[in-house]
This record gives sequence, structure tokens and C-alpha cells, in this order.
Amino acid sequence: MKNKKLHPGIKGTSLLSGNEALALGAFEAGVKVASAYPGTPSTEILENLCAYEGIYTEWAPNEKVALEVALGASFGGVRALATMKHVGLNVAADPLFTAAYTGVRGGLVIVTADDPEMHSSQNEQDNRNYAFAAKVPMLEPSDASEAKEFLKTAYKMSEEFDTPVLLRTTTRVAHVKGMVTAGPKEGPATKAGIEKMPEKFVMLPSNARKRRVELEKRMERLREYAETFPENRIEWGDKKRGFITSGVSYLYVKEAFPDASVLKLGMVHPLPEKMIKKFASEIDELYIVEELDPFIELRVKAMGVSCKGKEVIPAMGELNPWIVRSSITGEKGRAVFEPVQIPMRPPNLCPGCPHRGIFYAISKLGVFVAGDIGCYTLAALKPLSAMDSCVCMGASIGTAFGMEKAIGKESLGKIIAVIGDSTFMHSGITGLIEVVYNRGFTTVVILDNRTTGMTGHQPNPSTGSTLSGEIGSAVDIEALCRAIGVKHVRTVNPHNIEETQKVLKEEIERPEPSVIITKAPCVLLPEMKKRKDKQLYTIISSKCTGCRSCLKLGCPAIEWVPLTAEEAKKLGYKEKQKGYSSINPVLCDGCGQCAPLCKFKAIVGSGEDDGKNG
Amino acid sequence: MGKTGNILLCGVGGQGILLASEITSSALIKAGLDVKKSEVHGMAQRGGSVVAHLRYGEKVYSPLIEPGSADIAVSFELLESLRYLPYYHKGTKVIVNTQKILPAPVSTGLDTYPTDVLEQLNARGLAVFPIDAFDIARSVGETKAVNMVLVGALSVFLSVDEKIFLAVIEERIPEKIRRVNREVFLKGREIIQARQPAKKGGSVQP
Repeated sequence: MKNKKLHPGIKGTSLLSGNEALALGAFEAGVKVASAYPGTPSTEILENLCAYEGIYTEWAPNEKVALEVALGASFGGVRALATMKHVGLNVAADPLFTAAYTGVRGGLVIVTADDPEMHSSQNEQDNRNYAFAAKVPMLEPSDASEAKEFLKTAYKMSEEFDTPVLLRTTTRVAHVKGMVTAGPKEGPATKAGIEKMPEKFVMLPSNARKRRVELEKRMERLREYAETFPENRIEWGDKKRGFITSGVSYLYVKEAFPDASVLKLGMVHPLPEKMIKKFASEIDELYIVEELDPFIELRVKAMGVSCKGKEVIPAMGELNPWIVRSSITGEKGRAVFEPVQIPMRPPNLCPGCPHRGIFYAISKLGVFVAGDIGCYTLAALKPLSAMDSCVCMGASIGTAFGMEKAIGKESLGKIIAVIGDSTFMHSGITGLIEVVYNRGFTTVVILDNRTTGMTGHQPNPSTGSTLSGEIGSAVDIEALCRAIGVKHVRTVNPHNIEETQKVLKEEIERPEPSVIITKAPCVLLPEMKKRKDKQLYTIISSKCTGCRSCLKLGCPAIEWVPLTAEEAKKLGYKEKQKGYSSINPVLCDGCGQCAPLCKFKAIVGSGEDDGKNG
Repeated sequence: MGKTGNILLCGVGGQGILLASEITSSALIKAGLDVKKSEVHGMAQRGGSVVAHLRYGEKVYSPLIEPGSADIAVSFELLESLRYLPYYHKGTKVIVNTQKILPAPVSTGLDTYPTDVLEQLNARGLAVFPIDAFDIARSVGETKAVNMVLVGALSVFLSVDEKIFLAVIEERIPEKIRRVNREVFLKGREIIQARQPAKKGGSVQP
């Protein structure tokens, strides 16, 4: 749990990530309310902002609520911020599209952090499309320094044009550190307080139709503004080859073609048509360099300007300077050495992770596992291989129920939904309501590890503490499920695999909705790391028969030591024994999941091996 | 404009690579250089292979190092020094922590850990600087200080005064563990210096 720190006092110039710079920018812009749901690569914005004094920051249950809170704060007359990862904006799209109609009172900015290359995401959608679809202006910084300045600019634009403003980063802006200089503090022109403006804020069709006209007028004004917006700028160089680009792609163009002419767009929607045409008219060969969709390219082509874009620049994954250079010149890369074949090192559930126990138990059932988003999605990997679908936040329950309806009664005992505590709070609750309301028999496993693990341990409504470290009331997951109408709700300790397996078998066969809550804290939580009563485990090597049962857990602490026939004989094993397992005491966290899995009782608590380990 | 220097830091999630790159960046900034540093958070950190790119010079644009362009590579784990081979060029100085952390396919018996990692690097004519950073960290009773041993080793190849590094450690490391971090930094620096013919200012100055 985090305690509210004092203002971090960033002064002068320092090395900040894009996300840290956005937090500083929000502080300097005089933001009063900021709400978010954690998601890579956006999480650190609020984690840093909560350390500044005088700003209310919070984790909302999901992105839709986060944006609604920010919009409400704007209605209340203060500057407000909502931040989310790219897929989070899908969840928040509903308020976004209509907030474009209502407009704002205090400035409202939504940061969308896109993840080209899917470093930590399930898709790589290009959220610039939202700016166009929702008719909202969008700024796109190239680095940390611009991120801060653009955020401050976005607030001025929001208030001047009475519109929410989208600010888009990508992983290489959000997580890249660069030099940032602290600046003066600003504030909104409005004052906090209630002001009733029903024609602006009540989107009844009769009002919405009027606001619809305002929206078009506003976009027209923004198009004109884009022509003189100082962050849309031309850097003249060699005119034989010219580039229109934005965001981190600008840096790649500068690195690959330092002498070329560049039109750098700080605002990607709406575009400055006159500026683009003027630039294009002086360039022999015009390229549009942008990651993912041909967003700028299609609009430039629609202006009747001839250019090259996605026919040479890849539309998938991240770009970098050498992709940009080789796509255009055909020049080969500079790599000297070929990659070598070495063992992969995929991410893995931590030693002692409670998820390992429940997924090991599930893997023995042979059922279809409708999964969800979190650390536990890693259970899909070998050797657990215990997840069969994972789509988006909260999808596990709905998809399991849909399969059940497709297959009918035969599917009883063959499908299970698995979802984390934070994901359940985010958008799993409605799925569970669906199961009860529409008379399903889905079994839902809620993995309650008391935190939002994957994104770095943020508290959530069922944790009971808040972003700023205050202790509030925790949502009682068990009582919530019962209130929804689930009659069979059971809580198990997932480290006890045998008991967990028994409960699982009973519940999946039940022709009624049931919920199993696995309750055990994430081992990376500070209170778990600090615990002193850890009983570590060891393997009495003379008892190990090399059956490999323990390896099926996929625990990083359990290591297989291969043996040749000769070595086996020397150590007193049967000649055909291919190796033995051992536990790395540095990695073991003492969860004890492995001990009962060994039929030969070779796994024992450290110190209980009577010195037989040899 | 001077050349941009490229430092690649790689290893396994949880080894303190991000802090090491942070300390190095701060030292370069104190020495008056522009720095960009790229890293990836989130899923990759769960025991997976982790890499950070650090670029410095008069003015740095791209935060990413191009394959074939790393001037210095610091591998926090033995095997990882081979994973990023395409980023090396013939003159790359490769600092390798000889500590082994078994990747999942090895610990579960599906794959084997190569026994000739350093030989494979040497066979390519690279300047390889092996160092047992884990042992050094353990000798001062702080196994988590592996990263600072390697910052010490790396510092030998940068034209940044030792005093600047020590000042950054003073500023950035909590008091409780400052002394051991300082100690292992100097130890790592000393070990590599002994192997590197003394060259004033290091050799990767942009």
C-alpha cells in the first residue's frame, strides 16, 4: 500500500519517462481530478501523479467510470484527466462519443497509451481512429518533453474549443525516458462549483441535435487552428525526399534521414490541409511515416496529394529507424551477427504464485478454460497449458456462458470461466449477472490475490485501499456473488491443490451457477515479501525417482538436473533414470504446492530432510 | 554532430536492470550529455528476458539501438549475452555477469542450458569481459546489488568521471544500502579496469 508522498518537487531538468512527464504536465496544468484504470503502458501516469499535492487521483473500477469521473469533474469546473491503455478506450468509448457533444467546463484530456508490437496487450489497435470517429482533436507527442508540453497545450485547447482532447502516446513514448524541464504552474479559467447548463449537458435528442451542429462548427474552427498550431511544423531540408510524420515515428525519420524535409504533426486530428498541400508541392518524393494504420496517409491522399505510405512502410508492429530507412532505400540492415539458437526465456508465473495451484488443479480436469486478462493469462503457456481463450477484460464469463448455450446440457462439467479479482471488478460482474439471469450453469473461478498483479500491484475495489493509500471499505466478493443470485459460492486456498481439485470437481458438475473464490495474496505484495515465517522446501535427492511430476507445476524454483547413465549409476540411481529434480533455495517461496504432488515423498520442508539430502 | 553512443543492457526480469540503466543515464546527464533510454514494462517483467536501450550524445533522436550498433553490452545473466547478438558489432564490448538463471524450458527439462556461452562470444572476436557479479554482491551481503557491480564494470568504458557516478549513487540509492552499493560499484570498476589497458577517457566517447 502506498502512502501519500509529498510533492516530488521536480525542478530544473531531469530524466523522465513519458508517463512521468505527463504526471508533471498534469500538475503544471493545474489538474484537480485524475482517474484511471491501470493498463500497460499507461499505468505510471497516475502512480506518479498521486505523489503531487493538491490533486485528487484514483483508480476507478474501469476506464468507462474513469472517463465519467473526469467528465463530471470538468462539469464541476476543474481541469480533469483520464488515462488508459488503448483497449481501455474501447471501454470508455461510450462516454467519449457523447462528451464530444456536451463539451466541457474545466479542461478535459483523455490520455490513450497505444501498444504497437503488443509488448503487453492483446491487440495493437490504432486509437487515432477514435479521434476521427468521436470528432475530438488529438495531439501526439514524440517524446517525454513533448508529452508534458502537449498535455498543457491540450488543456488550453479543451477550454478554448469547448471539447475533450485526446492525447495519444505509444509504448516508446510512455516508457522512454528523456530530458524534461519543469515549467510554471497554470490553471483553468473556470472556477469549481455547480453551474446548471441543461442544453449543453443533457443530451436529450432535442438538445443533442443542437450540439451536433456545434460539434461540426467546432471541428471547422479546429481545422483552421491546425494550420497555425505551432506544433505542426515544417523542418526544411533536402526537398528531393520529404516526410509527413508524427509521434515517435518522427524520431525514427530524423534518425534515418537527418537531412530530409519533414512536416511534423503535433496534432493528428484534424489535419492542417493547407500546410500539407504547401509542403507536398515543394517535395519531389513524399512519404508518410506512421505506425499501424494509414491514418494520415488516407487523409492526405483524400486531399488529392500524391504520396507513398503503407505500400512501403509496414502497417504491423512498431517501426524503428532501420525499418524506415530500409523500407524506403532498400538498404540492408547493419547487423553483423546472426541470431543464435538458445533456450527461450518466456515470462512465467513467479515462484509461490497462488495462480499456479489453481491452474494446476484446473489442468487436470480436461475442461475448456475461458480465461481473462492478468498475470494468470500466463497459465496458457507450457507446462500448465490451462487456458483456452482470452479476449478482453471481463470476457471469460460471457464467453463460457455463450459456449454453454451453444452446446447445451452436454457441456455441463466441461467449461469453466476464470477471472482475476481486479478484472472481475472491472467488467466481470455483469457477466456473472448474465449467467444467473439467463439461467446458466457456468462455474466461475475468481482468483482473488488481493491486488492488480500484472500492472504492478495497484489496489482495486476488493482490496480495500485506494491509490493514495487510504483504507476504505473493500467489496466483499463472496457477498456480491450471493447478492447477484449465485447460491453456491465457495472459497478455497489455491496452495492446497488437493482441496481445490475436490471443490472444482463438485462445482463444475452442478447444474446451477457456481463461484469458486481462490483466496491467497500475490507473493510480490510487500507484506508477503517481508514475511519471516516462510517454510522453504527441498528435495531429498536420494528419494527422487525422476518421474517429473513436480515439473508439471512449471515452478521456476524446481530445476531438472539431467543425468547420463554413468552419472545416474554413480549417484546410486537406476541406470535408466534420466535425471532428478532439485529446488533452488534462492527462488523457493515456500508455497508448498509441490510437496503433496510427489508420490515418493521426496519433497519436504527444509530442515525436515534429516540431512538425507545429498 | 558527434556520434551517438549505444549501450544495451539485458538480463532477466527482477535483476535491477532498470535501476542500473537509470544510474548510468543520470551519470551521463551529469556529464552534460543528452540521453534517451527505452525499456518495456508489464508482462515481460515476470521472469522473462528484459532489455533496456540507452543512447547518449549531443542530441539523441531515436530511443532504440539499431542491430549491429551497440557499443557496449551489459548482460546481467550469462545466457542473455547471446540473445541480443544481432545488436553487437565487431567492436562491441560485452560485459557478462557469469551468473546463471535457468529459463523455464531448461528448469522443466525441455531444453538444455548451453555450456559454451563465453566461447561462442569469443569465437566471434568480441571483446568479452566476464565478471561474477553475483559472487561480489554476495560477498558484501547484498545479493540485490548485482546491478551496481555491473554499473561499476560498465563505467570503465564511459568517459564519465568516477566521482560523477559516486555522486549519482549518493543521490539515488537509499541510505540503508548506499555503502554496499558504493563498495560493489568500485569493486566492479576495479575488476574491469584491471583487464582493460588504461586508456584515458574510455573508448566510447561520442
